[in-house]
Amino acid sequence: MATDVVSVRMPAGGVRHDLRAVKVVLHREMLRFLSDRARMLSMLLQPVLWLFVMGTGLGSLVQGSIPGVDFRTFMYPGMISMTVIMTGMFSAGSIVWDREFGFMREMLVAPVSRGAIVAGKCLGGAIVATGQGVIILAMAGLVGVPYSPGLMLTLLVEMFVAAFTITAFGVLLAARMKNMQTFFGLMQMAIMPMMFLSGAMFPLANLPSWLHVLTTVNPLTYAVDPMRQAVFSHLSVPPEVNATLNPGVSWGSWQVPVPFELGMVAALGLLLLGAAVAQFKKAD
Amino acid sequence: MSAVSVRGLRKTYGKVEAVKGIDFEVEPGEVFGFLGPNGAGKTTTISMLCTLAEPTGGSAAVAGHDVVRQRDDVRRNIGLVFQDPTLDSYLSAEQNLRFHAELYGVPRAAVAPRIRQVMEMVALWDRKDAKVMTFSGGMKRRLEIARGLLHSPRVLFLDEPTVGLDPQTRAAIWGYINKLRLSEDITIFMTTHYMDEAEYCDRIAIIDHGEIVVIDSPEALKASVGKDRVQIQTGDDAAAIAALRERFGLEAAVHEGAVTFAVASGEEFVPRLFAELGLPIKSVSVSRPSLDDVFMSYTGSTIRDAESGADGNAWMRAMARR
Repeated sequence: MATDVVSVRMPAGGVRHDLRAVKVVLHREMLRFLSDRARMLSMLLQPVLWLFVMGTGLGSLVQGSIPGVDFRTFMYPGMISMTVIMTGMFSAGSIVWDREFGFMREMLVAPVSRGAIVAGKCLGGAIVATGQGVIILAMAGLVGVPYSPGLMLTLLVEMFVAAFTITAFGVLLAARMKNMQTFFGLMQMAIMPMMFLSGAMFPLANLPSWLHVLTTVNPLTYAVDPMRQAVFSHLSVPPEVNATLNPGVSWGSWQVPVPFELGMVAALGLLLLGAAVAQFKKAD
Repeated sequence: MSAVSVRGLRKTYGKVEAVKGIDFEVEPGEVFGFLGPNGAGKTTTISMLCTLAEPTGGSAAVAGHDVVRQRDDVRRNIGLVFQDPTLDSYLSAEQNLRFHAELYGVPRAAVAPRIRQVMEMVALWDRKDAKVMTFSGGMKRRLEIARGLLHSPRVLFLDEPTVGLDPQTRAAIWGYINKLRLSEDITIFMTTHYMDEAEYCDRIAIIDHGEIVVIDSPEALKASVGKDRVQIQTGDDAAAIAALRERFGLEAAVHEGAVTFAVASGEEFVPRLFAELGLPIKSVSVSRPSLDDVFMSYTGSTIRDAESGADGNAWMRAMARR
């Protein structure tokens, strides 16, 4: 009979405890991702297909109208955001999985704030998605984007902001969801139109006005545009081609600046995070 | 101070009253069992005590903290082992425990030695690096018990801890629970619908249809029944029941496929039964009072009858209400 029981005196919670909880939820997210090679591969395959198959095919068609630029270079920032979005959404979806398999209960009965669990989940999803995006970053050279440290760093930050917001959106969606099928169905329904209208796949210049309106109210537009502007600022493109492929986003006659776009995306992320926490508290 | 203190606790789901105003106290250091058929309200009660469900009425305190107003204090002081597994099967056994330690804010210096200790207790230390998905059902349950103990809870809640496990694993789990009472300062609150497991408890509460029927130690409960149980197999049960009433003044009923009744001393009654019943008897069995009989005399049905949905017979119910 062991008599040397390690006695544990439980501290009374507080911010440090919450931070530990955030860290461990985040850590688990990464362990889970790293152990799931198949998921990593499938998340990568889709944008690579778009980039090299669709991009090459469409590229030969539009080559004449955009002299001096490879269409794949145009698609590249869009594909970064697509990778980040899909990965972030899948991370968020694991909440539904956790609920289905009971692990959610282990988290919900812990003496820790719901905010810490949700924040950990969102940060974890954002980091995993950014990591996945790094692999796409590594392919920059293949589509004629220079490996400039400034550009890479900018894209990294922009990826993280986008990933965080999209994960928060996914977590909010997953907060009350009971099964995976419903979640992925809903996710497809939400993500597909947002992706199409974000400028990830075709330039947003010279669109019919109804489509233009839709693109400006689409939050994803403001996540994709900063990445495209970053990439194009490191290319030497004729001004008229730049105007076609990289028009930026304007409200009326006001060109929305990149920091403002990123700020909006980040603010939206925090808003969604808050809403997700509220949902978890309600479900509790 | 009681480890668990419950006053008029109620829970309704829509129109269904799952728990109908129960009262009880669990003393520190006790192994307290909730015994009842599935659907009696055991899991609902445990969920309220663990802050997972909000009571509709009444109050409950665990380790001195109110389960509604001091939720985090309750959570800090309880360990939980659910009926269904709540492990992350893609993580290793140790990673699961580490996650728990961090989430519960176990002091950093204590994390590693405490993990080792609880894993050794359930004999899983040598499997610490294996993914949980490779574990058998029994190993998962053992790991959950280890996890439930990791943060040294004052009260450990076990919801049907041995359901679905083979007899060997069940015995092992009871071994750990008994060891626990010696090595740690802990109160154990468990639910079960296995009669033989209820015997291990210091006290049991029999719960049926959302109400506590009786609370006492297994010995006292068995003594309170007193009579032996006789079960006979006959060709015509209805005639046998009628004959028992006419000739011996005994009320009998069919339970588990046999005509069942209670008499003061069963062995002495059997010869008379054969001589005077006037019906052919295929087989007879006499048993001393067990918790099954206790359950039957207080609720009017055996736990297996109750689970298969059959209602108890009237006389047993009448006996229970005397």
